[in-house]
Amino acid sequence: MTIIAEHATLLLAMACVFGFFMAWGVGANDVANAMGTSVGSKALTVKQAIVIAIIFEFAGAFLAGGEVTATIRKGIIDPSLLTDTPELLVYGMLASLLSAGIWLLVATHFGWPVSTTHSIVGAIVGFAAVGISMEAVAWGKVGTIAASWIVSPMLAGTIGYFVFMSVQKLVLNTKNPFDAAQRYVPMYIFLVAFLISMVTLVKGLKHIAAFKALQLSFLQDMMISAGVAAVATLIGISMLRKIKLDPSENVDFNFTSVEKLFGVLMMFTACAMAFAHGSNDVANAVGPLAAVSSVVASGGVIGAKSAMPSWVLLLGGGGIVAGLVMYGHKVIATVGTNITELTPSRGFAATLAAAATVVLASGTGLPISTTHTLVGAVLGVGIARGIGALNLRVIGTIFMSWVVTLPAGAGLAILFFFTFKGMFS
Amino acid sequence: MAANSPFSRMFGRSPIGPIQEHISKAHECAEQLLPFIDAAMAGNWDEAKRMQGIISAYEEEADRLKKNVRLSLPKSLFLPVPRNDLLDIVTVQDKVANRAKDIAGLMLGRQMMIPAPLQGAFRRYLERSIETSAQAVKAIHELDELLETGFRGREVNVVESMIDELDKIEGDTDDLQVAIRRALFKMEQELPPVDVMFLYRIIDWVGDLADRASRVGSRLQLLLAR
Repeated sequence: MTIIAEHATLLLAMACVFGFFMAWGVGANDVANAMGTSVGSKALTVKQAIVIAIIFEFAGAFLAGGEVTATIRKGIIDPSLLTDTPELLVYGMLASLLSAGIWLLVATHFGWPVSTTHSIVGAIVGFAAVGISMEAVAWGKVGTIAASWIVSPMLAGTIGYFVFMSVQKLVLNTKNPFDAAQRYVPMYIFLVAFLISMVTLVKGLKHIAAFKALQLSFLQDMMISAGVAAVATLIGISMLRKIKLDPSENVDFNFTSVEKLFGVLMMFTACAMAFAHGSNDVANAVGPLAAVSSVVASGGVIGAKSAMPSWVLLLGGGGIVAGLVMYGHKVIATVGTNITELTPSRGFAATLAAAATVVLASGTGLPISTTHTLVGAVLGVGIARGIGALNLRVIGTIFMSWVVTLPAGAGLAILFFFTFKGMFS
Repeated sequence: MAANSPFSRMFGRSPIGPIQEHISKAHECAEQLLPFIDAAMAGNWDEAKRMQGIISAYEEEADRLKKNVRLSLPKSLFLPVPRNDLLDIVTVQDKVANRAKDIAGLMLGRQMMIPAPLQGAFRRYLERSIETSAQAVKAIHELDELLETGFRGREVNVVESMIDELDKIEGDTDDLQVAIRRALFKMEQELPPVDVMFLYRIIDWVGDLADRASRVGSRLQLLLAR
């Protein structure tokens, strides 16, 4: 109790710095995968991808990041055990942020596939189980989270498969693919925009103090989402109209003009992906920060019924954007130039599937790995015979990585936890 | 900072581009037979030797491309079509170039003269044979369109009709071969016997060139039949 009161400002400042560091790491490295499919399929230039990522990552973090943040903040650890020693929670969350941030940096440097989500969850579980007690971990919730790590790539793969099959059936395998694309691409745009605004309205806004007063009914949410989607569709249609069928460009490859139309669709899907990524991954950085700030603000009362302050999400969103601007553009460029075998129609199917899965997970408050979800979605399109070649060995390492990441994050977190404990007491 | 993230590394290089490059090279090799034959028929052996050198160089280039495709298809790749089918296609494609090289090599080595009355028919026969490999190139160049449509639907029918056309051209070469053999049979008494033996062999090989090109089509058909 006294420790928290004594060092309130310092602890909070440390939490902010570490949280920002972690968010910066997410922006610098993790966003690249979310945007890579769009840059790789030539639907966006690196510059456009950065601009879209800045706007939509931030919007996703701020508008829809609350639910997952709440899970990381108070879902993984059972707070009832810590009522007498709130400072342990603070040390632990600080340690988790620092260790996950460092682990992310190291792994990125060596090109290991790690997930920000897995490292932060591993860190929190690690410090709680070892530093406090095995009972401090809400194992039921952790089990659900772990299960969602397996389910999310599979779900994304399934959606990817069916979305791609529908593209085949409605557009590519028709007598006149160009006209079919002009007809159906707006519908896909509507679907993408509707999905995103729906999740935001139903699940996201209630975590933001300013919008809390806006109690909308489900029907109203539907209406607003339909409106937003209609506006997006109209913008899309006007962009599609500008693209004309040019026979000369289809000599080598009959689908060049058609793919241009899908490029328009890919832009919208890229926005959705950035939004989805922001909504899920901001929590990795600001969840622990929110936990610390609530303990500090309430003077050491754990689990006090306090709403999450908006500045926490803002700081996270800001950190992601900072990482993007300072470093992310390089990574997006490298990732994008390596994904050359992806045409917009494939990129769209995979990215939409991943975005849908991630946004749904964000709505239910499950922290999942965006990259793993994307890999699952790409595999789904591959199984639908849509991708020239996929390297199964690399995919294997990506999925195996979370087995390694959990103990690594946990180990580091335990180390830092005892360091902080020693420093402050 | 590692140069590439694992996420981008999971996208392998599609083998389709290299396979198309390979058939184009094999066909180029066969195409050079026409100027070679023209030089040979005119008795211009210096020019024929030069052409044979070009054919040989193209054949080596095709071999190199073949190796490239094989090396870029490790077992760990997840492909939309069976890996063995793709490897088979390349093997069959390569045989077109090999046969072209055989024809030029044998004719140059023996300084073979095509008897004057046969020259027109022989050239037409060779042309038709080379058109077979041109059609094989056309069919193989639909592979990227096939990938775009997931190896399903209308595009498959387009390729099927290309393969039908390929078989038709190959059938023409068979007819031309029968006619040319008959003509040679009528005059073979006046020619040196050993030369006649080898003439028959060259006629066979030109037909075989068309056969091998049409086999590329058959392999492609097997790839599509699932």
